[in-house]
Amino acid sequence: MKRGDGVQIKLALPKGALQGQTSALLEEAGFSIGDYKEGSRSYRPGCELFPGFFTKVFHEKDIAIQVAIGNYDLGICRLDWVEELLVKYHSDAVVKVQALGYGKRNLYAVAAGGSGADSLQALKSSEESLRIVSEYPNIAESFALAKRLRRFRIFPVWGAAGAYLPEHAEIAIMTGTSSDRLREQGMVPVATILGGGAYLVANRNSLESKDLSRLLSALSGAEVVDTGVEEEVAGAAAGWEEELPAADKNVVCLALPDGHQQRHTVDFFKGAGIEISGYGSGKLTSRPRIDLDGVAVKVIRPQDMPLQVANGNFDLAVTGRDWLQDHRFCFPSSPVEEVLDLGFGRVRIVAVVSRDFPASSIDELKRLKREPALRVASEYVNVADKYARDNHLAPYKIIPTWGATEAFLPEDADVLIENTETGATISKHKLKIVDTLFESSACLIGNALAMRRRDKRSRISRLIETMRGGIDARAAC
Amino acid sequence: MKVPRCRGTRDLLPQDMEKFRRIDKGFRECCLGWGYREIKTPVLEYLHLFTSAGTLSPDMLGRVYSFLDWDGWSGERVVLRPDGTIPAARLYAENLQSLAVARLCYVENMFAFEGTGRESRERWQCGAELIGGHKPEGDVELISLALEALSKFGLKSVELRLAHAGLLKAFLQGLGLRGEEEADMLDRIFSGDADVIEEVKGGNPELEKQLRLLFGLKGDSLGFVENLRNLFTVSNPALESSLSELARIADLLTNIGCSYQIDFTSGKGFEYYTGIIFGFYSSGRRLGGGGRYDELIPLVGGKDICASGFALYVDEIMDLLGKPSEREKVLVKAKDAEGLKDSFEMARLLREEGFIAEFDLGQKKTAGFRWIVDMRSGKGIELIERSSGKKQRKSSPAEVLAVMRRRVSESQRRKRSK
Repeated sequence: MKRGDGVQIKLALPKGALQGQTSALLEEAGFSIGDYKEGSRSYRPGCELFPGFFTKVFHEKDIAIQVAIGNYDLGICRLDWVEELLVKYHSDAVVKVQALGYGKRNLYAVAAGGSGADSLQALKSSEESLRIVSEYPNIAESFALAKRLRRFRIFPVWGAAGAYLPEHAEIAIMTGTSSDRLREQGMVPVATILGGGAYLVANRNSLESKDLSRLLSALSGAEVVDTGVEEEVAGAAAGWEEELPAADKNVVCLALPDGHQQRHTVDFFKGAGIEISGYGSGKLTSRPRIDLDGVAVKVIRPQDMPLQVANGNFDLAVTGRDWLQDHRFCFPSSPVEEVLDLGFGRVRIVAVVSRDFPASSIDELKRLKREPALRVASEYVNVADKYARDNHLAPYKIIPTWGATEAFLPEDADVLIENTETGATISKHKLKIVDTLFESSACLIGNALAMRRRDKRSRISRLIETMRGGIDARAAC
Repeated sequence: MKVPRCRGTRDLLPQDMEKFRRIDKGFRECCLGWGYREIKTPVLEYLHLFTSAGTLSPDMLGRVYSFLDWDGWSGERVVLRPDGTIPAARLYAENLQSLAVARLCYVENMFAFEGTGRESRERWQCGAELIGGHKPEGDVELISLALEALSKFGLKSVELRLAHAGLLKAFLQGLGLRGEEEADMLDRIFSGDADVIEEVKGGNPELEKQLRLLFGLKGDSLGFVENLRNLFTVSNPALESSLSELARIADLLTNIGCSYQIDFTSGKGFEYYTGIIFGFYSSGRRLGGGGRYDELIPLVGGKDICASGFALYVDEIMDLLGKPSEREKVLVKAKDAEGLKDSFEMARLLREEGFIAEFDLGQKKTAGFRWIVDMRSGKGIELIERSSGKKQRKSSPAEVLAVMRRRVSESQRRKRSK
């Protein structure tokens, strides 16, 4: 057992929804951590609790992984993310130490209400292939196998799982605070898969070989009141009270992005003379109304659009070329293609290393041999994989991330594949660009097969022409 | 830098492959002799082939290697084949349904995650499937075929153990467990965990007692099956059809002089089994097993036809095989340049004669060679028999071969007289 102050102890802290209460918990435990407060954006909040104590802030989904592989001794994240890792990768490397009493939520299997199949039994007897959307694809697969669903397809999504019901999925595996709450939103929870909130997790090896008692005792004594966490689910599913669009097979389905591309998209459509209500300012619904005949709109994550267009759930979507490329590198024969370059949201996709990393160009990077492997972290898993493969960066290992990727350097990754608008964030984090992979901007993507369909062709080309008008309007500005 | 082998996999070295091929060849010869025809199914299949109701347990499916193919944007997952029977059933339904009886065999690798490191994640199986035909006779045919193959590999004293999936299922149904509990219990029995029956707590204590009794008894005769019938069917007529099928098979096996043991703790198998389950054991290892699966073909989209099959586990059998009788090896020391042609001709003649002729490319050791044929001098051929060290110079390959032939038949005669 390693003792004394010379030993480094690493704690991974959650970014986002749990940040406020986790910071309160740490304060209660007697070690307030500098810039780690609700809404603060530092990835390396300092703490002088004892020498060798190191904290870093990650997306929650990354924390279980970072603790499992031993990069961090302890971590705080919600139980669902721990289970998402363990259900697929049977490992005893993560020890669930204790529930922290806040951030409580359950993971439900949810079906669409109304006319669709709304019980597990009804879903099981379906002859059709069931579409299951989830941010938790591993849990979704394990659920489908355990419930012996005869035939299913799992669509991993970055968010807004509830928005896919009922037209674009039969089941969503998603979190919620209570089943009543989901019912109020018009959904039918058909099974509760697990319950749980914020958890303290530890790496087994660290527990066995390092003295973590100072942190463990402080945290086990601390208590915070569960003030609840702003539910993302509600936002995604809002709009359910609205009428579902008529089941017209010829309706053109258009997906619009949420997140930071939303404002630009609104402006773009305004420029093209199209109003979209429920998408601009104010209340966001998952089904805004567009004043174009025969077009239905849904709001989903831009990352998920290429796959959703490929499988025919949507005919057209506004996303980034970066996500289109990532999709095409994964599925080279996908029917998704770029229809229009919309011109806004321009970024460069770059390879980035730490400022003091011993390589400043891709050629130097290629010559570098790292044991046991060069760690390449990215949200664009397939872009990163292809880039490393094409450049013979051998041996390498891809680390998928779910945001806050800059934080991985230098301790937890060697290279990042990231997007950057001005390069400011990169230099702020003491990083440097070694290569530019390609330029990306917002684009309209479409399903080549749908665009050839006789019943949809004319509506689709009308929409494309209208949007082309938007590009001209932007150019004229 | 050394790149290690992928975790959970195994290399087959030359001595392993020799055993592997002996099994592969011996098995196929046996099968062809019984009228079975060889098939190969793809390593990749759709996941939903295996998720169709009741074909593989959630536990097995949870260890399947599944992924999205390069064109998998539709979300349809593919898997590395985890089982041989289900793809064979699919192949039958897709291509061979016009046959009233299809006898199929294969030697294929199966993939399943294994985390303990004790076994390989890739396992080879010799399988035979009999689709259609008369029921108990078909099961007895398969059992005989499997035993014949095992004896062909040189394995002595193979035990045959029997159980019955239909009987197990009927028992469990009578216990009044919840649907999931019942399925879970059957999974555990099928995965070889017979102790699970100690945990049964349903609403029918009498039947639970009977189930424990069934698992506690072992018998090796038709009389034993008749005893079971008397013990159980009076109170539970649902068991009758299974027990009478078991009796019929026991009777047939006795008739052909095949010994067996009825042992319900040996009921390792698959969820798709509906009738007899058989397992083959030797030296404390399970070398293979099989069973009847009358409902599987319709589940994979085929017609309603009965079927039964077995698989022998190549990796297990390889461990039990002894050293083979190898062909005799000759080391040919060739003259370079213009003399090379003669040396190649010599080697060809040796191969034709049944020897392994290996050119000397600088090997230091000559152990393992019975003969050395030295052609380097260019003046005749020197033949050395390594065991005696005796050297003879001959002028032509024909003379060399004549000496070798004579010596081989002498040693064969000696071996026989011993």
